[in-house]
Amino acid sequence: MSDEKIEKASKIDLDRTDMPKQPPEIRRHNFNEVALGYTEELAIKEAKRCLQCKKPRCKTGCPVEIDIPDFISCIVKGDFAGGIKKIKEKNCLPAVCGRVCPQETQCESKCILTNKKGEIAIGRLERFLADWEAKQGKIDIPKKAKPTGKKVAVVGSGPAGITVAGDLILLGHEVTIFEALHRAGGVLTYGIPEFRLPKAIVAREVDYIKMLGVKVITDFVVGKTRSIDELLEEFDAVFIGTGAGLPWFMNIPGENLNGVYSANEYLTRMNLMQGYRFPMSSTPVRKHMKVAVVGGGNVAMDSARTALRMGAEEVRIIYRRSHAELPARLEESENAEEEGVIFNMLTLPVRYIGDERGWLKEIECIKMELGEPDASGRRRPIEVPNSNFRIAMDAVVCAIGNSPNPLVPSTTPGLETTRHGTLVADPETGKTTRDRVWAGGDIVTGAATVILAMGAGRKAARSIHEYLMNKG
Amino acid sequence: MNKIIERKMIVPNMHLIEIEAPDIAKKVRPGQFVIVRPDDEGERIPLSVADWDTEKGTITIIFMEVGASTGSLASLNAGEAVATCVGPLGNYTEIKKYGTVMCIAGCYGIGSIYPVARALKEAGNNILTVIEARSSYLIYWLDRFIPISEKIFTITRDGSLGYKGHMKRLPDILHSLPAFPDLIIVNGCTYLMAHTSHVTKEMGISTIVNLNPIMIDGTGMCGVCRVTVAGKMKFACVDGPEFNGHDVDWKEFLARRKAYMEEETLFFRRSEPKTKIHKEGECQV
Ligand SMILES: Cc1cc2nc3c(=O)[nH]c(=O)nc-3n(C[C@H](O)[C@H](O)[C@H](O)COP(=O)(O)OP(=O)(O)OC[C@H]3O[C@@H](n4cnc5c(N)ncnc54)[C@H](O)[C@@H]3O)c2cc1C
Ligand SMILES: Cc1cc2nc3c(=O)[nH]c(=O)nc-3n(C[C@H](O)[C@H](O)[C@H](O)COP(=O)(O)OP(=O)(O)OC[C@H]3O[C@@H](n4cnc5c(N)ncnc54)[C@H](O)[C@@H]3O)c2cc1C
Ligand code: SF4
Ligand code: FES
Repeated sequence: MSDEKIEKASKIDLDRTDMPKQPPEIRRHNFNEVALGYTEELAIKEAKRCLQCKKPRCKTGCPVEIDIPDFISCIVKGDFAGGIKKIKEKNCLPAVCGRVCPQETQCESKCILTNKKGEIAIGRLERFLADWEAKQGKIDIPKKAKPTGKKVAVVGSGPAGITVAGDLILLGHEVTIFEALHRAGGVLTYGIPEFRLPKAIVAREVDYIKMLGVKVITDFVVGKTRSIDELLEEFDAVFIGTGAGLPWFMNIPGENLNGVYSANEYLTRMNLMQGYRFPMSSTPVRKHMKVAVVGGGNVAMDSARTALRMGAEEVRIIYRRSHAELPARLEESENAEEEGVIFNMLTLPVRYIGDERGWLKEIECIKMELGEPDASGRRRPIEVPNSNFRIAMDAVVCAIGNSPNPLVPSTTPGLETTRHGTLVADPETGKTTRDRVWAGGDIVTGAATVILAMGAGRKAARSIHEYLMNKG
Repeated sequence: MNKIIERKMIVPNMHLIEIEAPDIAKKVRPGQFVIVRPDDEGERIPLSVADWDTEKGTITIIFMEVGASTGSLASLNAGEAVATCVGPLGNYTEIKKYGTVMCIAGCYGIGSIYPVARALKEAGNNILTVIEARSSYLIYWLDRFIPISEKIFTITRDGSLGYKGHMKRLPDILHSLPAFPDLIIVNGCTYLMAHTSHVTKEMGISTIVNLNPIMIDGTGMCGVCRVTVAGKMKFACVDGPEFNGHDVDWKEFLARRKAYMEEETLFFRRSEPKTKIHKEGECQV
């Protein structure tokens, strides 16, 4: 290393700026957002730590290749408007992504300071800029290309659908989103809870594309109300972004007892149907004192933390592998632990036991140990013989995964699916096996992330635009 | 938002509502249902489609006022609107020539089975209709069933019309026939369907029921509507709502159907039910 470089390295500030949060003992009783975001001072302080690398590695870790050092240098200069503009060139949902992206395995994991444990808090900075823009109150409406007269139907209003719609409307096409539920936003609306992603933020993104001229038709189930083939009669192109909404169960005895929920049901009751306001809202919610959540991903953490906020006294995560294998974001499992969620690792439920009225009373579990690595590279959990034990519980939320909903594929002839029920689509363009039909997001990849769904939407929009313009 | 064309009480506690829904009216087939949210605060409730008018672009639903959501629906009037009306959901009844089909209905099922009976008649079947109610004054739409039915049987608790008693009289009706029907379809409250299935299983008569579990999305996303049929987990909203009644695990179904009974009474009722004549199953005991 040259003297000059050493000089610079010694000045590197490895102290990541903390983001203010609600204290655990308070937040476990409310649905308000847990993380409070950086102030301007904190954001500038954090941004100043960035080394402005010539070959920024963080950028390669971002699935949509945001010009990370550029937006960070805008923050250093106090040019927040410039910073958010830079992000929006690549990411149309920064307020969402800054909150829910797994930065620790994406951009931040690639940051040169990571091996020193001082990686730049890219996600927090992204969130800061997005929130700063929202606070300004005036929204920059970009100029739209002149109308092309082409019509595009987008099925599903999750991050994939919102992105496709937002991109294509700016290119001058007419865009209509069809959404099965009564509120747009996909998992951002019905799944991820208020305390992690306030619904007002999602509503703002949906309002924004509406303002650009996208028509959003809710309460419309494609495959039922109208088929893809019928949509193709009216529209020049169709994009399918229906997500991975079919919940898995474990097929163990007692799974249909009352008090056993899929995570989708549990979270939908709370979020979409505003169950947390019951009895002010009319979707009934039962008060459970002891809740077990089976699984170890973000969905499991969200369910467990929701249960705490609904007043449960004892909430457990039951996961068949160990702490090290938890697929949830580290930040979320730490938050859950701080709030008092109990982690029962290396444990697998084998049977649910009910009372005489058909309500869950106990869970029978078996202990697990880790064997050789499996196909996913993680060590395979194996049952420890004769280690069965029971825990008294009055509700269990099954959060072991989702697969794509077969409704659209099964009603669309010629649309090929894989063995896993996902749609076959070109990873670069999103083109499916049906002419004029594109797809992207969880319906293609299986349950994944917001940013990947958004990225897939971007690519599909580009390909749809190309097709529409060449078609004449 | 879907506009209400008409809303009226047709017999005590039972309402007819005609809703503007052109897309649904174009697509719906017998046996399917919609999900309705009365207002923006409301829960999503599944209701069968009892009739439709493709040209006018409307659908008709018959519903019983049993709780909060059906209560708010009952207080809506022509010109007002419901926040959500989505569908048509679920699979439709397989309409083909079976021979003689007996349609058994009670409560709201009298309305929901009507389009099924009508389509089966058009497909060349002989229709036997069985209507069950507490009393003759709770029976509606007889005028619609008369032209399509070979024979109509009624069972009333007070004996005011037809057989006196409740569903336990079904074997009497079946044994009065020259031959058992080739198929029985039952719509209505859970006990009606469970009891019929029980009776016909012993007699070996194929029986289809239109299950009415608790639902939220109606598209296979939440799993709350799961039922065990022939030992397998099924989602009633996408795999049903019609199933072979002999294969349904009725004990489990009834327990799940009642899951929120206590909470439902907690919710502030916007309107008192007009009459309190119906509670899950109690009309049968
Ligand atoms: C509880 C939970 C927590 C999560 N946490 C994170 C996180 O922290 N970070 C992260 O990056 N990712 C997270 N994810 C994953 C992320 O939300 C998804 O990967 C992403 O939302 C997928 O986007 P999508 O657009 O493909 O589909 P979705 O968001 O699933 O949207 C699909 C939409 O299509 C609609 N639809 C389905 N079928 C039809 C039809 N037939 N007709 C009309 N509309 C239809 C659905 O109602 C839905 O609104 C989480 C997921 C869940 C469930
Ligand atoms: C596929 C399907 C089709 C349906 N079609 C119709 C229909 O065409 N017309 C109709 O009136 N209903 C129908 N139902 C039932 C209807 O969805 C419920 O009556 C409704 O959800 C009740 O909502 P609520 O808020 O008014 O009552 P809640 O407050 O949810 O319930 C109040 C009380 O009434 C009981 N209860 C609720 N529903 C019923 C019922 N159907 N029978 C007996 N007791 C009940 C509950 O257990 C509770 O104790 C159908 C259900 C399904 C799944
Ligand atoms: S979008 Fe996600 S991966 Fe990309 S820079 Fe932002 S936080 Fe990092
Ligand atoms: S109602 Fe949600 S899966 Fe059937």
